[in-house]
Order: sequence, then structure tokens, then C-alpha cells
Amino acid sequence: MKKMNEVDVVLVGAGWTGGILGKELSETGMTVVCLERGGPQASADDFTVPRMRDELALGIRNGMMVNTNDQTETIRNDAKETALPYRRLGSYLIGTGVGGASTHWNGHTWRWTDDEFKIRSRYEEKYGKKYIPEDMTIQDWGLSYKELEKYYDKFEKVAGISGKAGNIKGKKISGGNIFEAPRTHEYPLPPVEQTLAGEMFEATAKKMGYHPFPRPTANASRAYTNPDGAKFGECQYCGHCERFGCESNAKGGAHMTVLPFAQKQKTFELRTNAWVTRVERDASGKKATGVTYVNLVNGEEVFQPAKMVVLTAYALNNVHLMLVSGIGQAYDPATGKGLIGKNYCYQTGASATLFFEDKLFHPYMSAGGTSTLIDDFHANWDFDRAPFGYIGGSIIGTVQYGGRPIQWHPAPGGTPAWGSQWKDETAKWYERAMNIAAAGSVMPNRGNYLDLDPTYRNRLGAPLMRMTFDYKDNERKISAHAAEIINKIAQAMNPAHLNKATPRNAWNATVYQSTHNTGGTIMGTNPSNSVTNKYGQVWDVDNLFIMGASLFPHNSAYNPTAPVGAIAYMAADIIKNVYVKNPGKLIDA
Amino acid sequence: MTDPIQPKPRRDFLIKSFVGAAGAATAALPLAAQAQAAASQAAPAAPAGADAAAAYEWLRPAEQVFVEGLVNHMCPADKHTPNGVDMGLNVYFDRALAGSWGQGDRLYLQGPFKQGSASQGYQLGMTPAALFRAGTEGLAAYCQATYKASFDALPPDAKEQLLKDLQAGKIALPNGVPAKTYFAQLLQMFYEAMFADPMYGGNRDKMAWKMIGYPGVNTTNKLNIVKFKNKPYRPQPLGIADLS
Repeated sequence: MKKMNEVDVVLVGAGWTGGILGKELSETGMTVVCLERGGPQASADDFTVPRMRDELALGIRNGMMVNTNDQTETIRNDAKETALPYRRLGSYLIGTGVGGASTHWNGHTWRWTDDEFKIRSRYEEKYGKKYIPEDMTIQDWGLSYKELEKYYDKFEKVAGISGKAGNIKGKKISGGNIFEAPRTHEYPLPPVEQTLAGEMFEATAKKMGYHPFPRPTANASRAYTNPDGAKFGECQYCGHCERFGCESNAKGGAHMTVLPFAQKQKTFELRTNAWVTRVERDASGKKATGVTYVNLVNGEEVFQPAKMVVLTAYALNNVHLMLVSGIGQAYDPATGKGLIGKNYCYQTGASATLFFEDKLFHPYMSAGGTSTLIDDFHANWDFDRAPFGYIGGSIIGTVQYGGRPIQWHPAPGGTPAWGSQWKDETAKWYERAMNIAAAGSVMPNRGNYLDLDPTYRNRLGAPLMRMTFDYKDNERKISAHAAEIINKIAQAMNPAHLNKATPRNAWNATVYQSTHNTGGTIMGTNPSNSVTNKYGQVWDVDNLFIMGASLFPHNSAYNPTAPVGAIAYMAADIIKNVYVKNPGKLIDA
Repeated sequence: MTDPIQPKPRRDFLIKSFVGAAGAATAALPLAAQAQAAASQAAPAAPAGADAAAAYEWLRPAEQVFVEGLVNHMCPADKHTPNGVDMGLNVYFDRALAGSWGQGDRLYLQGPFKQGSASQGYQLGMTPAALFRAGTEGLAAYCQATYKASFDALPPDAKEQLLKDLQAGKIALPNGVPAKTYFAQLLQMFYEAMFADPMYGGNRDKMAWKMIGYPGVNTTNKLNIVKFKNKPYRPQPLGIADLS
């Protein structure tokens, strides 16, 4: 096996967290190698128009996503079933290549609140210990909003978030999200334009006593230069955001912010087509010595020694790498023992379509975050969950993502799926339909987890990861309640037709729901309840760090990217200022 | 008793498929021809020349007849669009099945294969092209056994019922291909043929986009999103070839 020269840090994956750590650590003079399984990607070469307007290639056939022939998971709803391969992407879409999913996300960026990080304590305090179901394995994160605030602020500025504050230093601001956690600063950019659907939703929601606001999103509402000097174009509402790259760099992503700045450092090296297969450790098992990867360019297996290893891949890939490297104990749902693969979570939701004879929504005029939302049933801690019997909640609102017609050609329920009547209805309603949708949180459950599949293998011959997941009672209640609220608001808007929201009861892998897969290498307060501390430092291997949403002990209704970015900045700070001077455990517990 | 069989001259299909192929081939045209195509955008589309190549790349003759019958049934000529063949939908089917998607790109096809639950999604050991071929063979055998006729020769009502039964999984195809899975692929391909960029062969002259009011790659909407809020906006749609 080829052996490279030792570096200070090796990063596995070149998305948001690899970019953030790559830049922050290499700027201090540390030698950093970032290994990316996919190929190079740059806006000027890869995200050119008109290629980026190809719904079939990119929106339907998922041309920017991981190829399941390279790597996929096996899936099942319940441990009693035989898991089978997720043969074709559907429910979630994992990115690949330089920039990772940050190249093709919508940009939704939420500051998770202190109530999330102290979830068990807060619910026990308010509703009593018995309110939490016995099989729900929620736990406090060992993290506080207060310590994360400045890193949220930093990430918002780097990614160019457009939004309107609803709470600056405790002062509630009408028109913003009054339920958000207190912020030190306004968003770096004003919110993106509101759609007609947004105006209509806002008027009705206000009348019903709710508190609508524009979604915070990494779509630059104005031309923008971030604090590092990265230039953003102005969003053109092209309707090709999620699943597409942005030709004008109006969507904040690692490929056009942190990574190019890391690459300016002589001590940083990005190697693409480098597929990491194992984290290596010394004989004690307590120290990582580097990583082994396959250089796909020539098929050679390479050992990259490093003083410090950081897993910065997608959440599921971080967990997979821990499992195939045999680090820690794999979670066993029968005994509840083991931590790798524990607390895998996802997201739930519900949605309705509303049809209006006399409105023109132009659904294709949209940014990734053109949405008007309410948070009254989620971050609003005063919302009493007891009558509904759940933990968590949902954000609800109208979301206009692109109106790309293969995917979006709505017609009132009962319309035939083809033929002249189908054409009549599709022609009539395409511009006259809007939606109201909910994204709901998912709490960890003893029966939902990740481990290695006994049968199926990836392109390099390693076992696929096995995902055992279903929505449990808690999530069914969230989805049912969200559907009820959606339908009430929709009816109050008085559409000519309403395709009502219905609760999501079982997870189905074929329909796109969310690429917010979380958990599996969770953070916590001590080695008995978690894989890492709040800095993502692995308790048992203290020169191994893990970044990203695999650290999350549960999943919020909010999208995960803001805490992913903020935790990466916080970890970079402590590595630079404390760890480097005195490598070892950052927290004794 | 009326005869359910309505034979059509084969030549008729071929001529109609010429028309579709003209729109389909745009992506492969040399740059000069693309510029010409873009230039002709402003004017109403000229009738497609019968001298354009009617090249089926992958579909076998019986499959060509089936697809033409299917797309003409799913997209009949009406006030919105010409029929499916004149929209190039058959060409889309041919190119999609011949191309990387049809041949199994981005589809994990390692065994063992088991049926699985509906939640687990596609679990057959076939590429989309193989599923199409096997399903279409199964359907042809079913039609012969049931109607003593091929699908394309059935009257519209019989076609409609047959497709609905396939969709609902009420029909057991004699060769064991799962009818619902086969039909779901046909229906998804129909929507793709209608609404994908015309460079893929369907949606000729962006007629499906014009039908619904989708502007294609006309996507600079920073001002439009304010200016045309709840107001009519129907620009001439542009396709990828027009901007290439």
C-alpha cells in the first residue's frame, strides 16, 4: 500500500464541514488534506446554463447525487423485515463531489433553539417524566444555544443568509419569526421576495392568530460579499435550486465560500476521487493514525497518516465509516447497548394543494427558500403539546420551489392521470395551484437505527449500511396534527378545490421526503450516552472528530444545516485554540 | 357486435414518427442547425419535413407500434396539443430506454433479489429497458389471449380500461412481470416525455410547456416575480437547445 507523508489533519469529505475546518485549520498553518470521494465541481465549469435547467437529468434522474451503484443503503421499516437495497434514489438524495450537498440544497437555514439541545430536561420539567415514551431515546446534547450563537452568526454571514429577524437580543420583531432564539444581529441579507401564495397564506394565518414570516435561506436576495471575500450574485428566482447548482453563486455553498479560501493556503490540499474506506488506529485502539483510501484515478490503495482525523462526510457516510472501521460498539436494539448507529432520525410532514380560479402563482418563479411559514407549532415553547401527546412539532407554510413540470403538474383530486381531461385540468391549474406543507421533527426510538447489512455490498466490496426506520406514534401524531392545521388554514383561504393534507403514517423510500438524515454518532455529556462530546471529539479516540448531522441526538422540524455549520466553527475554534496546544480530551467526563 | 380491431396502416405510424423525430434530434444537431432552430423560435413552427429521419434506436417494431398507440391514447390530439406521436413522445420513449437511464445507470442491480414491501421500492433485477421489454411482451400476450388483438388495435375504451387495470395491478401479466411496477414506469415516462426539455425527443416545439404556461429555460425572474404577481405572463418558452 502506498503511504503518504503525515499531515496534521485529514478531513474525509469536502462539503460544508470539510470546507469550514479545512479553511479554519489550514489558515493557522496546520497541514490539512481533504479527501473527497466524488469529482471536482466548480460553478464556472459545472453549474452552467442552460445545462442547469435540465429537469429530467438533474431534477428527476438526480444527476448531481450519489450513484447508488457506488454506495447506497439497505432499508426496512422494522427489524423483523429483511432489509433490501435502496436501489434507486427516492426518499432522500445524498450529494457527492466537491461542495457536497451544499451545491444543490435549497438553502434553508435555521438556528436550532436551546429547547432542542436540552430536550429531555425541558420536556420533563414541563410535562413530567412520564410524558416521554419509554422507547423514545431522547437526551440532552450537552450543548447550549448561548455558546453556539456567535458560530450561528458566523455561518449565516459566510453562507449569505437572507431573512428577517424576529428576536434580536430578546426584543421581538413583528414580521420575523418571533419564536426564534434571540440573535445578536439581523440576517446578513433581507428576505427573498414573497410570492402571491405567501401573501395569501400570511393574511389568513394572521387572521387565525398565527405569526407568519419569510423563511431564512441561503439564496442571496442582493449581490453580496461575505466576510471572507466570497462574491455572491443576486438570486434570479430561476426555479432550479434544490437538486441543481447555481450558475451565479447566489446560493451559499462550500464550493464557492470556504473551500476556495482553504485552497489558497499552501498547507491545504484537496484530493478528489479519493474514497476513504477505513479510519486506521494504533494497537491500543485509542489513537487514530490516519485513513486508508482508494485513489479512484488509478485504483491504488493509499494510507494517509495524520495526527488528527475528522469525518466531514454526509451524516450517513460518517456512520458507515465508523461501522466499517470497527470503532466503538455497534448499537443493538435488543439490548439497547452500543452507540454507533443509535438514534437515527429523519423528518416527517404533510402537504395540501390548493386551487384558485382567479389567481396566477407562476410557480416557476422561485428561489430555494421562497416560503412564508409559521413556527407557532414548533419553536414556540408555549405551544402546549399535552393535548396532542407529542414531543417536537412542525413548521407549516407555503413553499414555492420551482414548479418544474415533470414533478409539479397538479390537478384536483379525482382527475384522470392521462388523456384529454388530464390535459384540460393540468393546463387549467398549473399556474393556479399553490401548496401548504409541513416539515415535522422525528424523535429517536429504540427500534430505529443504523448498522451493517449482512448481505449487500458497495462498489468497493464493503458492506452497505442497513437503515431500520419507521415513523412511530410520536411522529404520526405530529403529522396528523400538522395535516389538521394545514387543512384548517387551507379551508379558510377558500380555494375552488382542495387536495387535503393527509398524515404520513409509514416511511416509504420511494417518495422524496427530506435529505435530513440525522444521528448514528451522537454527541452527549459522557461516554456512556454518546459517541462524541459537544465538539464532535470521539470519547474513546480523542484525535478522531466527527462533524455534521450524525452528531444530532434527535431531529428537529428545522433543517439541520445551521447547527452543522455552527458546530463545525465551534469545533474549529477549540481545535485551534486549545486542542493543538495540548492534544487530548477536551472534556473530561 | 362491433369489431374491436381497428387496423391502421403501418406506413401511417412511420410517417407520424418522422415528425416526432425532427424535434427529438435537436440536441444532436450541429451548432449551425441549432442556431437555425433558435432563430425559427420567434416564428410559428414550420410543418416538420417528411424527409427527417424516423430513426428508432432501440424499440423493436412491435414495441414501436405499442408505444405509438400508448402515447396517442395518453395524449390524444385535442385543443391543447397534437397527438402523442406528433408531440414526439414515442421518440422520448425510444431514446430514454436506449440511453443510460434505460440501461440501468444509477440503479443498484446487485442481488439477491426479493420482492420486499411497497415501502422498499423497486426491487426487480431488471434495468428500465429490460422491464419495458418484458412488460410489453407480457402485455402483448395478455392482449392476444384476452382480445385476440394487439394493444394498438383496441378501441379507446378498451385501451383505457386496460391501462387502468394495469395501474391498479388488477391484471396478471402471463410472464409474471408485476403489472403495477411496469405501468408505473410507463406513466412516469409519459410525464417525462410530455414535460422534459424538447432535446430529449418529446414535448415537441415546447407544446406541453405552452399548454400549461411553463417558460422553460426563460428563468431570469428577479423582476418578474414582483411585476407579474397575479398577472398573466406567458413568454415564448425556450429550451436548452435555444440557449446552447
